[in-house]
Parts: sequence; structure tokens; C-alpha cells
Amino acid sequence: MSALDRKMDRLLARENSGREHRELVKNRTVRKMMMNRLSVVGMVIFLIILFMCLFAPLFTPYDSTKVDLRAILQQPSAAHIFGTDKVGRDVFTRILYGGRISIGIGFGSALIATLIGVTLGVIAGYKGGILDGIVMKISEILMAFPQMILVLILVTITGQSLWNLILIFSLTGWPSMYRMARSQMLSLREEEYVQALKAFGIRDMKIAFKHILPNAIGPIFVNITLSTAMFILNEASLSFLGLGVPMEVATWGNILNVAQDLTILKSAPWIWLPTGAVVTLFIISINFIGDGLRDASDPTQVG
Amino acid sequence: MTDQHQNQIQKGEYGDQNILIKVRGLKTWYPIRTGLFKKISGYVKAVDNVDLDIYRGEVLGVVGESGCGKTTLGKSILQLIKPYSGEVRYQFHDGEKNLCTMPKEKLDNVRNKLQIVFQDPYSSLNPAFTIFGSMEEPLIRFGMKSKSERRRKVAELLKEVNLPENYMERYPNEFSGGQRQRIGIARALSVDPEFVVCDEAVSALDVSIQAQVLQLLIDLKKKRHLTYMFITHNLSVVEYISDRIVVMYLGHIVEVADTDELFQHTLHPYTKALLSAIPIADINQRRKRIPLQGDVPSPVHPPNGCPFHPRCPQCMEICKRVVPEPVTQIRNGRSHMVCCHLVKQQSEKETV
Repeated sequence: MSALDRKMDRLLARENSGREHRELVKNRTVRKMMMNRLSVVGMVIFLIILFMCLFAPLFTPYDSTKVDLRAILQQPSAAHIFGTDKVGRDVFTRILYGGRISIGIGFGSALIATLIGVTLGVIAGYKGGILDGIVMKISEILMAFPQMILVLILVTITGQSLWNLILIFSLTGWPSMYRMARSQMLSLREEEYVQALKAFGIRDMKIAFKHILPNAIGPIFVNITLSTAMFILNEASLSFLGLGVPMEVATWGNILNVAQDLTILKSAPWIWLPTGAVVTLFIISINFIGDGLRDASDPTQVG
Repeated sequence: MTDQHQNQIQKGEYGDQNILIKVRGLKTWYPIRTGLFKKISGYVKAVDNVDLDIYRGEVLGVVGESGCGKTTLGKSILQLIKPYSGEVRYQFHDGEKNLCTMPKEKLDNVRNKLQIVFQDPYSSLNPAFTIFGSMEEPLIRFGMKSKSERRRKVAELLKEVNLPENYMERYPNEFSGGQRQRIGIARALSVDPEFVVCDEAVSALDVSIQAQVLQLLIDLKKKRHLTYMFITHNLSVVEYISDRIVVMYLGHIVEVADTDELFQHTLHPYTKALLSAIPIADINQRRKRIPLQGDVPSPVHPPNGCPFHPRCPQCMEICKRVVPEPVTQIRNGRSHMVCCHLVKQQSEKETV
């Protein structure tokens, strides 16, 4: 009997604490996000890596591009925690400074691609008609072309630079965002609340962007995180091939580039192993955040 | 407005000057596009050649089986579905205007007069917004600038539909179907409409809640002098709430009469079959059912002559060839319109 009472008390206490928690965080999306453990872990890892990259000078005394020929291919030590590379640059420093560029490219491209794709998708999906047909055909052409080859061609035309890379990634990345936003709009625009808004004479674009888009935001968030991860990996692969950002600039891809050399791959794992681990960790954390955001922003999920 | 005038409006006065909406020759046809170049190869005639008067202050029931164009008619009157041709003339305070030819901007500015309550309470509220978020948008649209004023108005509206005002901070998924439907009603009323289309407004609710929501609709009508167009397939509901009933079949109006008149002197064979299908909750009482054979014909290729003739138990030769003209009978000073050759012939015999 008393065991049951205790159980009820515990339940009650939990419920009450839940209620306090509820008042603590007002926004429903944020509240649901905080309840998702995996996404909180992802957020912590993400923030740690982001913070260390942004404030790199606080964590390392070295310069990411400074060549030190007296300290070539040193093993990890107290002075160089991840060792040094072929020309004596500190690997840890290069990972931090490289993160700035890689993350910047990834996020920047994903955001621009999303902005273009979602804007077009919302308008075309809601309005339909000729505009939708034209944009759809363009996106189909872009998607039918192998992306890597397209990127290679564009890089050879426009040359190697940070901004070119962002431009190219956004250009090749928006069609998938467009198609997703469009397909969401196509189903959501049939809901009766859309008709209700029309019955009040509210402007089409206001209905589309203010009222329908929030219901489609979950998959969009997931897509942003996924494409960020994808662009970071793309940058790494392009730099690995020597076609990404100019070699002297530290990026995660450029650091990994040296692993093309078989001797380094075999005898100096401290150069590529930590870098690869950081890239993997960062991308996993982004994916966790994306999953959490999707669930949190889904208005039909109770939280 | 004098008391007497108000009384007349409550009952629904049927003089010409009290017509709120005149529907003339309304056709809502959906094009069927086929082939590579999307050529129009035919039309789905969802609403075909409908003439109808809606009087100020009445409850006009619209009945008919699924797919007969009831909802399309309602939405066409509101211009939520653009009609193919025809007129919907609305009596505004500054004169009569045709809604079909009104420019979109002007039409949007008078949309506060015409509102709609939807069938599905689960899809008629935006899940991403709180109740206040959903309800404030029309208020902003029709010029309520300050947020505190909007909050007060929403609280007032919720109270009017018997919901506590603190519900406005909640999300739709926290409510039951009946509560959502009442929120839908409150939203429609937020802009002080004159004419409300209730599109199967209680069909999705269970029976005990239906009565509650119907009562609420009746109370609100009395309080706010509303005019309803009540679309439903539930004949008991329509008998309970309507002053006048329109019976539709395959996009056509086949019979229009006062509720009592329609139930007592049913003229059209289709209406007879429809009314015979109302279940009676009395085991000793039996009504002769008139079962209809076959299905509703396709609105793409409606039958020649009377749309009902392939299924009519009293079909005659003329029904297969000639579209029946509306026949109006006057009983107790009230008109009873029906489109049927049989009725026409009988009434001609009587006058002879």
C-alpha cells in the first residue's frame, strides 16, 4: 500500500516538476528539443567544436600556415598534441583553423541553398502553374547531372577559392531543397485551414510563408543539417582531390589531402586520424541536432 | 433596427427585398485536361445551372447524397472555388454586387461578410499556431491593430462558444473534435459575418456533441442575426435546424421548399426516396423504404433529360429527353419549387 503511495507521490512530483519546467521554457519547440537527449548531446559536441574553431587563438599558440622545417612529422607530444605534418605545421592548430573554413563552407552553402530552394519551392508549390513547371525542369536537369562532375567543371572554370566553392555548392544544392519544400506545400495547401485563411481574404504569399511553411519546417531543418554535413564532406573530398580551397589554406579536406601519400597514411596516422575523427564527430552531432529539430518542430507531436 | 424588423429577420421574411444572395445560372465546372498539350476534353459538372435565393435571417438546408455538389455550391457562392459561369449577387448595404465578377482585391475586402465553418475539425485549425495565433490573423486583416485588443476580442469569442478564454494559449492538438469545431465557429464569427456556410459542420462529431454544436449555432444565429447555409447529408439535422431545404442531385437543384412543407408534401421522387431513408428509432413504426437502383451517374457525362431519370422509379418517356423546368406550387402562401415532369403533369391535370 505504502509502496503504491510512494509511487503515486513520485509520479505527482514528476508531473509537478514537468509543469515547472514548462513554465521555465516558454517556446514549445525549444522545450521539446531539450527533452531529446541525443540532440542535446549533439548540440554540446557541436558547440564545443564550433567554439574551439571560432576562438582558435585561445587554444593554440601556433600559426596554421607557419612552416617549421625543424619540426617535420613529429609525433604527438606536449608541444604538439596532434603532432606536426610534412612541413612542420601543428596539426591541432590546422584542425581548429581548418574548422572555421570547412564549417563556414558547409553552413554557408546549406543556408544559401535552402534560402533559394525553399523560397522557390514554397511559391511554386503553392501557386503551381507555369512557374512551377519551369523551376521543376531546371531542378530536374541539375539533379540529373552527376553533382561531383558538375562541381569539378565549375571549379576548373571559376578557379579555386572559398567563395567559388560556396557558390557552386549552393547552385548544385538548391534543387533537392526545392523539391522537398514543393512536395510539402502540395500536400499542405489542401488543408482546410488554408481555405479558411482564403475565406478571410488573406494574401496568398502570407498564407504560404507565414501559415503553411511552419508546418513544413521539420523536414527543412533536417535537410539543412544533412546538406551541411554533405557540403563539409564534399569540401573534404574536393580538397582531397586538390580542387577545393587553395592548398595553403587550412581546411579539414586540405589536411586530409596529405593522406594520399602512402607513407604518411602508414607511418604518420596522427595527421589524418584526429582530423577524420573530428569531421566524423562534427557531422554526427549535426545529424543528431537535425533529428531533434525535426521532432521538436513537428507541430503534431505533443511535447 | 426596430424590434419588429428584428422579429421578421429572426423568422426569415421571404419578401423580395429580403433576399440576401441571388444565385443565377451558377455553373461550377472543372475542366478535364488530357493529352500532351493539356487540351480541355470535357468538364466535370459539379454544379450545373443552379438558381437559388437565400433570404436574410433564414437557415437554408442543403441536402443530397455524396458527390451531388452541395459543398461545391457552398464554396462557389463564397468564391473559394471560382465558378465557370453564372452570377452570385450579394445584397450589400450599398447595393447589390455580383461576387463572381468582383476584382479579387475588392472581394477580399468584403470577405468578412461571408464566412464558412468547415467539415473536418482536425484540418481546419493550423497545428503550428496556438488558438490565439490562428484567430488573430483575420482580426489583423480586418484592421484590429493592437494586440491587447485582439486578445480581448478572442477571449470574448471563445466565451461566446462556451470555451474558457485561457484556451487561446493552447495548440489545436490539445482539443477534442467538438472543441475544435467550436473554435472554428468562433473564428468564422470573429469578423462579424452576415452569411455563414456551415459545410457539414457537425458531420464529423459524435451524436451527443452534434446536438451541442447545433444548439450553439442556433443561439449564435439569434444573437447575431446570421443567415446560414447548412450543408449536410444528415436529414434529421437538417430537419431540426433549417427553415427551408434545398435538395440537390448531380449538381442540380431538384426541389426547394419550407422544411415542414417538404417533409409533409414531398413531390420529387428523389426527395421521397431520400426521406424514406431516415431511420426511425421506434421498432413498431415502419416506413415503406423506396430503394434506389444503381449509382449516381458520372457528372462528366450527365444523362440527357432529367438528371434523375436513370434511377427514377416513376420514369416516363419525356424524362429521358427533356430537362424538366422548375414548377412552383403555392401552398399556404409559401412556394414549393420542384423540377419534375411527373409533378408538372399532375398539377396541370388538377388545374384542368
